[in-house]
Amino acid sequence: MADEPDVKVYALSTCGHCKNAKKLLDECDVSYDAVEVDLLSGDQRQAILEEVKELNPRCSFPTIRIGEKVIVGYKEDEIKEALGIS
Amino acid sequence: MNVEDLYEKLRNIQEPRGYYFNKDKDFVHELLRGLLANKERYGYMACPCRLASGDRENDADIICPCAYREPDVLEYGACYCHLYVSKEWNEDKTPHVAVPERRPPEKIK
Repeated sequence: MADEPDVKVYALSTCGHCKNAKKLLDECDVSYDAVEVDLLSGDQRQAILEEVKELNPRCSFPTIRIGEKVIVGYKEDEIKEALGIS
Repeated sequence: MNVEDLYEKLRNIQEPRGYYFNKDKDFVHELLRGLLANKERYGYMACPCRLASGDRENDADIICPCAYREPDVLEYGACYCHLYVSKEWNEDKTPHVAVPERRPPEKIK
């Protein structure tokens, strides 16, 4: 799909909402990049935290970027809308 | 301790205080596995849906049950993780929504 939005999920390996968000993206057959921030350390972790804070100053998880849109938390309707799925 | 033992132990403590486990038992077990994993790697049961720093003092507010559970359950019927919920939430009398994060972001490092 040419116009499929670029999707990135910032998650935690222990978080149920994060798992649900990834499951929803899988069910919608969307390819995405996911990073489990709690499994990172040192400079890599700090860099990713800066990235998250730019998108979501609360720095909470999941933070999901779909193209230009940012969705904070597992919000099924908002995620589907941002994907252009009704 | 395994997940089922933790489930029973916590349920017996928390239900009398008005905090019920989410009726979705698989979801709860997933979160309890997260708590056990955090106990293992940090030495304390840091909230499974928040990024722990590894510094117990800094993370005192998110050691489960977190400092934000009471206001979250009062306002939304569920804690941030949807681990602990009100009776009404479990009876679907309260809408199930994503709970916004109350924790000050400067604590997240």
